[in-house]
Amino acid sequence: MYDKVFIAGIGAISAVGLNADETLYSLKTSKHGVGQVDFIDTIYKGKIPFAEIKKSNQELKEILGIEPDKVITRTSLFGMIAAREAVKNAGVELKKWRCGLVSATSVGGMDLSERFYDEFYADNNSGDINGIRGHDCANSTEHIASSLGIKDYLATISTACSSSANAIMFGSRLIKNNVVDVVVAGGTDSLTRFTLNGFNTLMILDKNHCRPFDATRAGLNLGEGAGYLVLVSEKVLNDLENKPLAEVKGFGNANDAYHQTASSPEGQGAFLAMSKALAMSGLQPHEIDYINVHGTGTGNNDLSEGVAMKRIFGENIPLFSSTKPFTGHTLGAAGGLEAVISVLAIQHKMIFPNLNFAEPIPELGFSPVVRLIENCKVDHVLSNSFGFGGNNSTLVISAVKTNK
Amino acid sequence: MKTYINAAVAISPQPTMGTPFELHKPDKYETEFMKCVEPDYKAYISPTLIRRMGRVVKMGVAAALQCLKEAGVENPDAIITGTGLGCIEDTESFLNEIIKNKEQFLPPTSFIQSTHNTIAGQIALLLKCNSYNYAYVHRCFSFENALLDAMMMAYEQHGAKILLGGVDEITRVSYTVMKRLGIYKSVMGSETSLFADRTDGGIAGEGASFFVVSAVPENAFAAIDDVKTFYKPADPGQTVSFIADFIQQQGLSVQEIDAVMMGYSGDKASDIVYDAVSASIFADNNILYYKHLCGDYFTSTAFATWVAANILKNNYCPDALKLRCRMADEFRNILVYNHFNNSEHSMILLSSC
Repeated sequence: MYDKVFIAGIGAISAVGLNADETLYSLKTSKHGVGQVDFIDTIYKGKIPFAEIKKSNQELKEILGIEPDKVITRTSLFGMIAAREAVKNAGVELKKWRCGLVSATSVGGMDLSERFYDEFYADNNSGDINGIRGHDCANSTEHIASSLGIKDYLATISTACSSSANAIMFGSRLIKNNVVDVVVAGGTDSLTRFTLNGFNTLMILDKNHCRPFDATRAGLNLGEGAGYLVLVSEKVLNDLENKPLAEVKGFGNANDAYHQTASSPEGQGAFLAMSKALAMSGLQPHEIDYINVHGTGTGNNDLSEGVAMKRIFGENIPLFSSTKPFTGHTLGAAGGLEAVISVLAIQHKMIFPNLNFAEPIPELGFSPVVRLIENCKVDHVLSNSFGFGGNNSTLVISAVKTNK
Repeated sequence: MKTYINAAVAISPQPTMGTPFELHKPDKYETEFMKCVEPDYKAYISPTLIRRMGRVVKMGVAAALQCLKEAGVENPDAIITGTGLGCIEDTESFLNEIIKNKEQFLPPTSFIQSTHNTIAGQIALLLKCNSYNYAYVHRCFSFENALLDAMMMAYEQHGAKILLGGVDEITRVSYTVMKRLGIYKSVMGSETSLFADRTDGGIAGEGASFFVVSAVPENAFAAIDDVKTFYKPADPGQTVSFIADFIQQQGLSVQEIDAVMMGYSGDKASDIVYDAVSASIFADNNILYYKHLCGDYFTSTAFATWVAANILKNNYCPDALKLRCRMADEFRNILVYNHFNNSEHSMILLSSC
């Protein structure tokens, strides 16, 4: 068993940036990515806002150097861009090590399969069959693996909106258990008419820009993107020229076991996930400098998550913010993207604001960070990701004190 | 990481639930795809919940609950599932609703039930189980990912009783699509013709197999010694060396593998890979097959694991599984070897207790 898992590289793509640097710039300058959707054929265009990446599939293929006529899902393209950035950022030579890829997604290649299905629905012999090849969740993982040359271990996880936090957990355990030396872990999801309509039927999409943890919050904004970390063992770290960006110090997953889609009033799943992650990290609650909350902006999530935070931190709630008003809720990619944001907070000693907040939730009585805080101590970050099926996950990401 | 199977339950196209261990070859394959022999769900799940659950969820939940009962475990320390395609029926019905109703006035139920972790989540909900809850969804690695997670956890949390399962369903639509993709056969026939004629596409099937596993050997069914996957081998020689290395790492000789259960599916291109392996390193071993009983699907190795565990427990191998048997029936070590499209290859080694 290895003790430590280090984060050697990060990569991100979302409506606020095509890479980690652009993401950081947007977070620092309060430049959000929520607006009208262009690439989805839906009656809700212009009626409900989304955080869409303003690059067509053709443009994304160009970035990756993929031939224009190749049939490939948007989910795969995002994943390839962010995972490639993370590996480059880490400066790790993958060929030297046993490498794994643990990737997460909620609806996989639904972006192309729903187009296939429109034609298939009318006639079962119709529709471009290549459009459905990428439907299953593993398709994007295998595209990423091929583009990076990773073969030693592949896994795909789909636990709704906690998917990529769970990918980071499993990736960390693969290193701890000496299954592989390096793991690229995170998640990718693209906006689809399927998820858009799904969340709309649940009546949790805000018609305006979302306001997490605000008393008047009225739902979430869906987004799309990908976020990946390069996780390495101590052995690999010692071989790298770069300093580690951070360390995965703790993690926990628990099930709320309350309802398929709603969170329990006492936030039991969230409470257990945070408690497990803290226990594993060996940190006391007061040592947490910042929480990147799940904070979707729905009435149910933010109250339940807030109650769970109160149960753990009492009156001393750490500085916290939801970065979903920037990126939208990127579902299966959210945990990975927010882990990248947590690393950025540690690297740059800053805490990013929770946009659109005005008034605390009465039952909670506490407020998130509303303006960028710079030059502050950010040594230990807790990142929450919660999903359907009561699936709750927490990561503790910490600064590394090293002489390297 | 030797992990013990404390209970095992399978819902499959054969009557495998609640019956003594026995398997028979179907006389002929009358349908285009093999569907499960489903239990009376009322014995496991309350009728109000049954109505809301998709078929794959019912199969998964019923197999899981029966497995926990047989293991004497009320609340497992983890629920870990593998599913290649998840809840296809609900995914289809939501897609249909979107088209039919032009995105308006849609009922949320099928969307809610369509997420890949619905089975794991529903089991937790029914048991009020707050434990670790995961769903792996990587084609033919789905069950193997889940199994590795379970084996690591059995040692990370000593004494943990882990509920582990592999579940996939087939629907008319998924069959039609997979047939067009060339994954499944368009015509079924007799068992002989399915395998001997060597046509394109595998036999379509489905199933739900669950296990309670732990690091505790008491009252164990059988043991899982190790699981290993490999991806896109460069050539047949590399496939053979991956398998040989795996056996050697277990401290076993090839002769000590009493049977190799292979994923022969009736698909010409896939079966050639098994032929090459069985003709080389396993030239003198017993070769078993199983997909003629359950069909091919992404988590079929969960069913193969159930079969292998039962062979080891009973030291008895039903004739229906025997493809090429040269040695006397004595089962201590069984290797399950499967691949999909020569991309995802997996090996699961089981031994008797």
